[in-house]
Amino acid sequence: MVLGLPDIIAAIALIALIAYALLGGADFGGGVWDLLASGPRAQAQRETIAHAIGPIWEANHVWLILVVVILFTAFPPAFAAIMTALSIPLHVLLVGIVLRGVSFVLRAYAADDDRTQRRWGRVFAVSSTIAPVLLGIVIGTISTSAIRLENGIVVSGFFSWLQPFAFAVGFFALAQFAFLAAVYLTLDTTDPALREDFRRRALGAAVAVGIMAATVLLLAGAAAPTIRNGLLHRWWSLPLHVLTGAMAIGAIVALWQRWYPLARILAAGQIALILLGWGLAMYPYLIAGQLTIQQAAAPAITLRLLLIGLAAGAVILLPSLAYLFRTFKGGLLFGPLQTSESTDEHH
Amino acid sequence: MSDLLAARSTMALSLAFHIIFAAIGIAMPWLMAIAEYLWLRRGDRLYLSLARRWARGTAIFFAVGAVSGTVLSFELGLLWPTFMRYAGGIIGMPFSLEGFAFFTEAIFLGIYLYGWERVPPRMHLLAGILVGLSGVFSGLFVIMANSWMNTPTGFRLENGQPVDINPIAAMFNPAWPHEALHMTIAAFLATGFGVAGLHALMLLRRPTDRFHRAALGIALSVGVIAALIMPISGDYAGRQVYRLQPAKLAAMEGEFETQRCAPLRIGGIPIPSEGTTRFALEIPCGLSLLAAHNPNAEVKGLNAFPPSDRPNPIIPHLAFQIMVGIGVFLFLLGLWATWSYVRRRALPASRWFLRLLIIAAPLGFLGIETGWFVTEVGRQPWIIYGVMRTKDAVTPMTGLTVPFALFTLLYFLLAIVVAVVFWRQVVQRPDIPPLPGQTPAVATEGD
Repeated sequence: MVLGLPDIIAAIALIALIAYALLGGADFGGGVWDLLASGPRAQAQRETIAHAIGPIWEANHVWLILVVVILFTAFPPAFAAIMTALSIPLHVLLVGIVLRGVSFVLRAYAADDDRTQRRWGRVFAVSSTIAPVLLGIVIGTISTSAIRLENGIVVSGFFSWLQPFAFAVGFFALAQFAFLAAVYLTLDTTDPALREDFRRRALGAAVAVGIMAATVLLLAGAAAPTIRNGLLHRWWSLPLHVLTGAMAIGAIVALWQRWYPLARILAAGQIALILLGWGLAMYPYLIAGQLTIQQAAAPAITLRLLLIGLAAGAVILLPSLAYLFRTFKGGLLFGPLQTSESTDEHH
Repeated sequence: MSDLLAARSTMALSLAFHIIFAAIGIAMPWLMAIAEYLWLRRGDRLYLSLARRWARGTAIFFAVGAVSGTVLSFELGLLWPTFMRYAGGIIGMPFSLEGFAFFTEAIFLGIYLYGWERVPPRMHLLAGILVGLSGVFSGLFVIMANSWMNTPTGFRLENGQPVDINPIAAMFNPAWPHEALHMTIAAFLATGFGVAGLHALMLLRRPTDRFHRAALGIALSVGVIAALIMPISGDYAGRQVYRLQPAKLAAMEGEFETQRCAPLRIGGIPIPSEGTTRFALEIPCGLSLLAAHNPNAEVKGLNAFPPSDRPNPIIPHLAFQIMVGIGVFLFLLGLWATWSYVRRRALPASRWFLRLLIIAAPLGFLGIETGWFVTEVGRQPWIIYGVMRTKDAVTPMTGLTVPFALFTLLYFLLAIVVAVVFWRQVVQRPDIPPLPGQTPAVATEGD
């Protein structure tokens, strides 16, 4: 197996997708916990979530844009086919993304009006819960043999995503994002009671993740043979599974023991490995069984220039991102540095 | 409604909605950065309050612009998959670069909005400037993709397929300089006058309010500079369209017959079935003079093109008249302000000046919308000028009126909601909370 330029670009797209899951995914998960906020500290939970997401959520969202532009620049036929076959869930996803983005900022600025704030909070929470399911459905469908192409044209209609496996992946994504968000949030507050709230939620979500993971694997046998074979029968299969499982279990143990920074690393690590495993199992396909990376690749000059563009972009992007996270997150892993959060956006 | 029309309407709606927020996203960060610079420079707390108030507005508009832009990046494929399959490899480059510009914009906006106390003052100001710079670059890259649709270069056709692709040549296609220049200036023009109009409204009620005087001064300076240089970019754009897209120029001008010494038509309604433009004020040789800087230059009319290749001139002509009318009005308003400032070191004292500014507030945005109608409708029936027709690029998906209805409803509601929240929380809000540990903002702030 010799990696060509198209493979490298596809790998970068996968990395961007993983970044989106780890950062943007957690923001979606935050919406889930906003929706499910309960108990005597419900309001404090919501404030912690809004606070944690506030400065970074716009930047986290851009990873999705990056995935989309890489896809349509480097693999135009794949982009065209996916956008055609999955038109319906993608439209719903877009409505969710619009409502979520707008409601988040409107809620932040309606600070003096409780009723309005609650209303926008509700819109934010519901749309944040729906969007990950649709993202999962899209990922799930392109992993199955449901989409069929003839000469690059979609011939399987517009409902290939109406299948149990795709929905299972959708709810798996939702459970994962909720889990990730709850784990992250344990470090976004210094109040021990709130921290316990999020710890309990993370443990609950871990159960949901386990159930959905089993469901996905069970359904994959019939629906997604490409993925299943990829996951079971390649040389990297066993070590990857062992490592992913170890990380997932390790994350739960760390939560149980209240080793929050470690839990954060492991929870993020297991999601990254799951997506990595998915990408490796899909290889060399972009749409399982139908369209390979090689077949969909744009001309070499486009790919070369894109690679240069991505490298140059990364030189600007990575230090900026590091600065953003260092400013607001104390460097990603170790939670808020100060307790006196004091911006005019939340008071 | 046919699926093609529904697809075009959905795209038009999404762009018409997004372009407002995109333009504000380009120019507004500069206004807030100027205010913050004056605060650091002069130490007058009034400028700090102003920067913070403008930042709130920027945050709301940026968030809406970000999500409506996301919608567009998907809609390129959802509505025009054939176009993207064909063009993705040729013009993906500016979109990818736009992705990074958008990234830095979002990152530094986060730092700006939430970092008042977290980062040093100079770094904070720098963050604001970086938001503004990335906004300008974002716009530039998107315009490069659009201008390629108008003047496609960087490939060769072989059996209907693009070969010898050169993405750099595609990016730097002949139409990018005039489109980018015109649109970027328009963003500053519309935003400058838009903001100035809001503060003029407040000043009309409380004429001595220092806060709104200062705000008006900054916003109007930006708007007036843009208004005064706009004619140069407009002239350049007009000559380029004459050279590069004669059918579009003919549609804009309601010109049916090819002729030398072509007249400039002011107003009027093109009637394609009769092949004439009625009720227009005609200035002899005016069009030849403007388009080619030569009164005897030949200007092609719509009849010079096969009927299947002609844009319908009604929308381009009317939209063009409105855009130019607005440009002239804002130019004159800008001249008045400049003249007064040069003579007396102050803006015109007349209440009529404030009233005109209020009228001008939405006009710049109307100018952006109509200008964009000219470019896009004038390009029809092509999605890639001379290469691919719009009707051949549309998705095979049926029932496209459903997403059209959905997005119409969604954007309509959003427009109302954003306007209400903006009004209540930014314009009318009496106090933007001061930074903790500092004395309250100046008493003159707000309403």
